[in-house]
Amino acid sequence: MRPYPADASPTRRGLWVLGLAIRTEKKVFAGALTGSALYGSMTVGAAWAVGWATDHVVLPSLASHHVGAATLAAGGLLIVGVAVAKVLGIFGRRLLAGVLQFRMQARYRELVTAAYLRLPLAWHQQRPTGRLLSNANSDVEMAFMPIAPMPMSLGVGVMLIIGITDMLLTNSVLALIGILLIPAIIVTNTVYVRHAGPRFARAQELRAHVAEVAHESFDGALVVKTLGREATETDRFADRARALRDANISAGRARSLFNPILEALPNLGVLAVLLFGTQQVASGHAQPGDVVNVAYLITLLAFPIQAFGWVLGDLPRSVVGYERVAAVLAAEDHTEYGVKTGRRDGVPAGLVFDEVEFAYPGAETAPVLRSLTATIEPGRTVALVGATGAGKSTVAALLARLSDPTGGAIRLDGTVLAEYAKGEVSDAVALVPQQTFIFGDTVRANVGLGDDVSDEQVWGALRTAQAEKFVKALPQGLDTVIGERGTTLSGGQRQRLALARALVRHPRLLVLDDCTSAVDPSVEAAILDGLREQSDDAAGATVVVIAYRKATVALADEVLFLENGAISARGTHDELLESSAGYRELITAYAKAAEEAESEEREVVA
Amino acid sequence: MTAVVEDTEEFVEESAPEVPIVGEATGGPVAIVRAGLRLSPEFVKGIGVTMLLALVATTGRIVIPIAVQQAMDHGFGSPSGKVDVGEVERMVAIAALAVVATMLSATAMSRRLYQASESGLSGLRIKAFRHVHDLSVAHQQAEQRGSLVSRVTSDVDTITNFIQEGGLTLFVSIAQMALATIVMAVYSWQLTLLIWVCFLPLFATMRLVQKKTGARYSAVRTAIGRMLGSVSETLVGAPVVRAYGIEDRMGARMDEAIIRTRRAQIGAQRVVITTFSAGEIAAGLANAGVIVVGTLLGVGGDLTAGQIVAMLFLVSLFITPVQWGVEVLNEAQNAISGWRRVIGLLEAVPDVPDPGAAGTDLPDRPLDVHFDHVAYAYPGGARVLHDVDVTIPARGRIAVVGETGSGKTTFAKLLTRLMDPVEGAVLIGGVDARRIPFEQLRRRVVMVPQDGFLFEGTLADNVRYGAPGADDAAVARAFEALGLGDWLAGQPHGVATAVGQRGESLSAGERQLVALARAYVADPDLLLLDEATSAVDPATEQRIARALEALTRGRTTVSIAHRLSTAQAADEVFVFDAGRLVERGSHRQLVDQGGIYAGLYASWARTAVGQAI
Repeated sequence: MRPYPADASPTRRGLWVLGLAIRTEKKVFAGALTGSALYGSMTVGAAWAVGWATDHVVLPSLASHHVGAATLAAGGLLIVGVAVAKVLGIFGRRLLAGVLQFRMQARYRELVTAAYLRLPLAWHQQRPTGRLLSNANSDVEMAFMPIAPMPMSLGVGVMLIIGITDMLLTNSVLALIGILLIPAIIVTNTVYVRHAGPRFARAQELRAHVAEVAHESFDGALVVKTLGREATETDRFADRARALRDANISAGRARSLFNPILEALPNLGVLAVLLFGTQQVASGHAQPGDVVNVAYLITLLAFPIQAFGWVLGDLPRSVVGYERVAAVLAAEDHTEYGVKTGRRDGVPAGLVFDEVEFAYPGAETAPVLRSLTATIEPGRTVALVGATGAGKSTVAALLARLSDPTGGAIRLDGTVLAEYAKGEVSDAVALVPQQTFIFGDTVRANVGLGDDVSDEQVWGALRTAQAEKFVKALPQGLDTVIGERGTTLSGGQRQRLALARALVRHPRLLVLDDCTSAVDPSVEAAILDGLREQSDDAAGATVVVIAYRKATVALADEVLFLENGAISARGTHDELLESSAGYRELITAYAKAAEEAESEEREVVA
Repeated sequence: MTAVVEDTEEFVEESAPEVPIVGEATGGPVAIVRAGLRLSPEFVKGIGVTMLLALVATTGRIVIPIAVQQAMDHGFGSPSGKVDVGEVERMVAIAALAVVATMLSATAMSRRLYQASESGLSGLRIKAFRHVHDLSVAHQQAEQRGSLVSRVTSDVDTITNFIQEGGLTLFVSIAQMALATIVMAVYSWQLTLLIWVCFLPLFATMRLVQKKTGARYSAVRTAIGRMLGSVSETLVGAPVVRAYGIEDRMGARMDEAIIRTRRAQIGAQRVVITTFSAGEIAAGLANAGVIVVGTLLGVGGDLTAGQIVAMLFLVSLFITPVQWGVEVLNEAQNAISGWRRVIGLLEAVPDVPDPGAAGTDLPDRPLDVHFDHVAYAYPGGARVLHDVDVTIPARGRIAVVGETGSGKTTFAKLLTRLMDPVEGAVLIGGVDARRIPFEQLRRRVVMVPQDGFLFEGTLADNVRYGAPGADDAAVARAFEALGLGDWLAGQPHGVATAVGQRGESLSAGERQLVALARAYVADPDLLLLDEATSAVDPATEQRIARALEALTRGRTTVSIAHRLSTAQAADEVFVFDAGRLVERGSHRQLVDQGGIYAGLYASWARTAVGQAI
């Protein structure tokens, strides 16, 4: 992906990124460059016009005490004309440079976000959300930052050539001063960039740290408060805030030193021109207008030359941003899809686990699933039971193909999940995860997810999920916007919406991952009743439900007990109570507690 | 049969504090700046010297036009044609000294400015951060997380930007224009008037233009905010996006937001360039005017050639303030509103304040709790808890049950003083909770919330959060004591296992286990468990319950329970319904009574225990 050698200098890499932008938006760049050239030549033109007016209008008139109306008008018009042409140049240059910059940003944002959608969940899980957000936002911005001043700096090239030629034609001694000034400014600027660049980068990084600590600390505000750790949290934040302060002061010192030097250089140049100019005029080698011309040119050129330095100075940051973005775009890690299509007849799916293994990246020595084998007949409702941390949610994720097994295979209707074409698995399988996610959108959109579903179907799903009542009570019913920017829902309400989201799609395999944990027992009982009614329908689904509760387990035709990364026992609830000690311990824990409590009480009473 | 469930009540309680209570400071810009400077006295410390240096630095800019005029009139361009090299040499030497002095003043001024502003702002950040934690839970939860974060980050940054870039530019620009005007007036009042006439329309319309650019910039910010919102939704909701195959829909949404951002950016830029260009046109007109009118005046003998050329240089001192003026005004506006938000946060009075040293010490004995006719209502809302009058004996084990919205969570929050009652008092160990210094209260009364939030770091780091002194062995012992030794042994790196951002490498149930261990090492006298094991499997939960029971013999325990197994083991059960404590007694007594608890228990028994009672 990187078209330059790994050891290329940052400047060379940065120039390549600039080239990339130029190649991508050739026409816009050509326009911006034309505008810039016009601006550059007119900047020189302005100095020339002032010089011309001094020699041909001001000095002769003042010497002769006579004003020629024509020359006077010519002088005035010339200056105004040059200013108008310069403005046209500025418009073309800045506007088109902006278009170029913003188009490149938008283009790469589209590419990066498309990559996020393409890359598998495992890739996402290894990267903090905050970093991925900044890849799409500030890194893209940084990568194309030097584009805005680039046409200007190329215009400066034109300007310098014309300017130097103009100075040389005017007076070679004075021109030498101007010519020497250019490297002086560029060298100072380069030293500045080298010196201050890392300081600014460090400040930028520390700024992110400050935000990270604030975010985490405010997220955990309840824990901070209940454990009385406000002071230590403030210390933790203060450390970061002070580090940022010191970095900013250090970067500010560099600026404080170099900016005044950069401003003083052209001023000293003007003074030198005055000094040598006077000698040149005295020796008859120059006209007073020449001196004015060169002096004025220096003041005009100083700023654009500095801008040229900015481009060079921004290049290293641009490279950092671009390479982060390129790493996302180049991520090979992708979900392979096959070509097989699934059934569309709404018939419940059959499921086979064939020696499924799974280990999280970085924890290969402690696999979650070791050898999970099981067959689930179509239309069956199966409860997956296991202790906290046994890997139940992992199984749920594998079923929805959010990850792929690290060994073995899962077959849906006889076909390995990975052999299905894109979209086929999500079409057949609906997963309701333990942690619900609600989009900042209307209730209708959150349930329908953009599919063509009628309001009746949405209401039907909400009814089964026991969400009908509270949705009806919302100010705009189905059109109420929920989520961070809208109406806040309770945990239980969110879970019920997520359930409705799955039900409305009439999946052939429904996977419920302990998705009613925040719902009151009586509401849960009602949901389970609704599900039972639905599963009695002919067009029901195969259901895999993860639960601890006896009633949920009772809903199942069969129970799979997950222990040590494999199915240690399977059968009906009653069979497992007989055959599996682990299952017995887990599932009867409440009943046993109830018995114990009662016998304790009886003892007390007795 | 389908159970009919009344849950409108739940909705009412959950969304009660709708009004964001942390507001923005009101008052005009001047009042805001005054309040801001009061908060950060570092800004104004030594500001006099800094301003003086800025003035010297600005005066230096006038040196060049004057030097040009002097050199021309007395050196190479005098109408007599006489060239005086010596005069020019003296003048250039003086001017060069002035330029160097200017440079040094500018450096000194800028250094002072950075030092003062950065010190002031980091102090402000820290103050605001601490204040967020000092606010009550009700305050904290009424705000969006991101909005609180921005008050200690980007809002403060806007103030920095303005002070360091804009504020100084503004001061220097005004000084620069004033000085230029004075010098010009000395040369020729007529030309000065002419130049002002050329620039006047720009000054006059500056506010108007600034409003327009301000609106465009805010459109850009809104567009970027939307774009980030849609991208973050795709990232955070990645599992749902995958599981439901809605990549295309999310992609289209993000693309639309990206294009909107691009349009807004280009739109904003157009206005900025127009302003910039207007400055150039004005300068062109002024220059032409200087040449034409200046020549006419010069012919009349009022003006020398050098003075005319100096005027041209002085005009260029006018453009910069005009061209950047709009930007500076925008920055000023942003800074004021940033300041408004930070000050608004700091002005929000913590409604659950720490009495500190002025408070009353908790007695050195096991803690009992007495609710003395306690009532609670959210600010501006209806009462959610009515006249609760009850005592929890020291070392008692109490279970609190009720449907969502019954008031049981409110009871828990009052008990741990996350909120204060609107009527009555909560007495802990005989002391009004409002009188207990936080340092004692938070050490001796600990709540384990349902959402076991973990900080990024290791298991040990998170457990240590409850007791900073605990070493790894103590952390491991805590897990052992809770009957979680096996679970810990199954973790890839034991207590050194990383938990990920927000603890997301662990399952919801596992996070609760860590939160329990964290409360365990804190060793409080009163432990409040708010559905602290709701996501843990029944066997583990029972094991923890037994372990806690053994450990809690010496302390008072209150459990808010979802699963009624906890209630069975408690000394006493408090049943809440519609904001009132309606039943209390042992599990058996309440079941026999056949009231609300009996109903809840029957429903629980049917779903969880699988037995008919």
